[in-house]
Amino acid sequence: MSDLTDLYQSVILDHNKRPRNRGRPPTANRVATGDNPSCGDNCTVYLHLDPAGRVDAIGFDGSGCAISQASTSLMTTQVKGKTASEAEALFNEFKQIVTSGHPPEEMSDLAAFAGVHAFPARIKCATLGWHAALEAFKQPASA
Amino acid sequence: MSALLPASLRADFPILHQDVGGKPLVYLDNGATSQKPRAVIDALVRYYERDNSNVHRGLHALSMRATDGYEAARTRVARFIHAADPAEIIFTRGTTEGVNVVARSLAARLKPGDVILTTEIEHHSNLVPWQQAAKASGATIRYVPVLGTDAELGLDLDALDRLLTPQVKVFAFTHLSNTLGLMLDAAALCARARAVGAVTVIDAAQSVGHEPIDVQAIGCDFLVFSGHKMCGPTGIGVLYGRRALLDTLAPAETGGGMVVSVTYEGATWKPAPERFEAGTPNVADAIGLAAACDYLDAIGRPAISAHDHALAAKAHAALAELPGIRIIGPRLGQPRGGLVSFAFADAHAHDVVTFADQDGIALRGGHHCNQPLMRKLGITSTTRASFYLYNNEEEIDALVRSMHRILKFFAG
Repeated sequence: MSDLTDLYQSVILDHNKRPRNRGRPPTANRVATGDNPSCGDNCTVYLHLDPAGRVDAIGFDGSGCAISQASTSLMTTQVKGKTASEAEALFNEFKQIVTSGHPPEEMSDLAAFAGVHAFPARIKCATLGWHAALEAFKQPASA
Repeated sequence: MSALLPASLRADFPILHQDVGGKPLVYLDNGATSQKPRAVIDALVRYYERDNSNVHRGLHALSMRATDGYEAARTRVARFIHAADPAEIIFTRGTTEGVNVVARSLAARLKPGDVILTTEIEHHSNLVPWQQAAKASGATIRYVPVLGTDAELGLDLDALDRLLTPQVKVFAFTHLSNTLGLMLDAAALCARARAVGAVTVIDAAQSVGHEPIDVQAIGCDFLVFSGHKMCGPTGIGVLYGRRALLDTLAPAETGGGMVVSVTYEGATWKPAPERFEAGTPNVADAIGLAAACDYLDAIGRPAISAHDHALAAKAHAALAELPGIRIIGPRLGQPRGGLVSFAFADAHAHDVVTFADQDGIALRGGHHCNQPLMRKLGITSTTRASFYLYNNEEEIDALVRSMHRILKFFAG
């Protein structure tokens, strides 16, 4: 059976305790919120895109379990500098990791989440922030 | 000297004798649903193997047996809660349906200016239907507030004097909070509501299988509960309603089985209980529920209550010793049920529950269908251990060991 240390890898614990990009960046002008109604987790992602459509500012707020908080924190570090379609491709890769349990060929911090696959109830925790981020890309920029 | 029930009771519950992830199952999620004794499982099997048929309309032997079994179950449940008349027992799918039936039926009589009073500690199932009834009727919904913090939580009963005005037409409240373990004095609240002419509705989902219930002594108009939290099957519940009131309410659903005569122009309704039981009822699970009543009454709810409370007190005291833990609920010694709700400073409830599961321990973590209360208390979730007649002190020790391990992991 899967050991919990696989799930709560040090990288996850680290992002949970010291989340990156927490809070709303001053320049952010796109926002979307994800909710997980069954457990009450919620997550708001703030974005700003440069003229080329790349993320130049990203932040998040919300509350939830270590998996959802760490995953969202890590997501913000990965999505920075990406376009909407690049972020979506990254998310597909991430989904593949958490559902199959196979880490990607290239070394990536995302691989820390491979352990989630043994805990199907927690997959939605791991993807909450990603869903909010992809939704934020689609929002019209506020003034 | 011990308030605990005999350990031999565990043998009545086949499901308890298994390992989960290599560890013996420690089932402490009884607030969500209870396990079923062999007697209840056997009653279901016996019904399906011997008596299964439709009720109230067949004239053959099986149909008569099924009808007898179903109506005997109604009488058994009436005795379980000391209802004056079996016709006051309406079988539902569960607590949620019971509240919805009452809320929808009462909403038809409410008007703008009327007040529906409930409390801030209600489960969503005794909250959202009343919000909907208020929206549909134009009535206003008000809440009796919670008072205090963390381990001192209670209901602000002084506010009741201010809130219980003659405009209050309905007062709906939980007997025992699923999130906090807070127990309310149902008889006292009903007396105060009656003084202003309000109809009282009690959510007894958490209490009915654990505490003695006498609806006549409580003096409530309606009381709802589910079978599955009291050793009965899922999919069956009870709406108790005072006879005089039931027969004045419009049915929430219409169809076969609940009509006296039907023409192409319209129909007339039977009295309660059939009036509220349109369609083929859940015969098997009603019979299973009656078996659960027999099982619990043979042990006695005063003994079950004492057992649950002894375990909750032990868990409460041991958990309170752990660093960085907040017990969320009333103090020990206050009227409370057999559960403990708590939050860790460093670990979210979902992480706690996942870790405990690895130790074979089944807990509940989350908002417990109580989002507004969580928001008010400034927390997102709690972990809950809820106890029942088959739990024992060794399981509390296992719980505390597991929580200790989790604390070390997340603090490290």
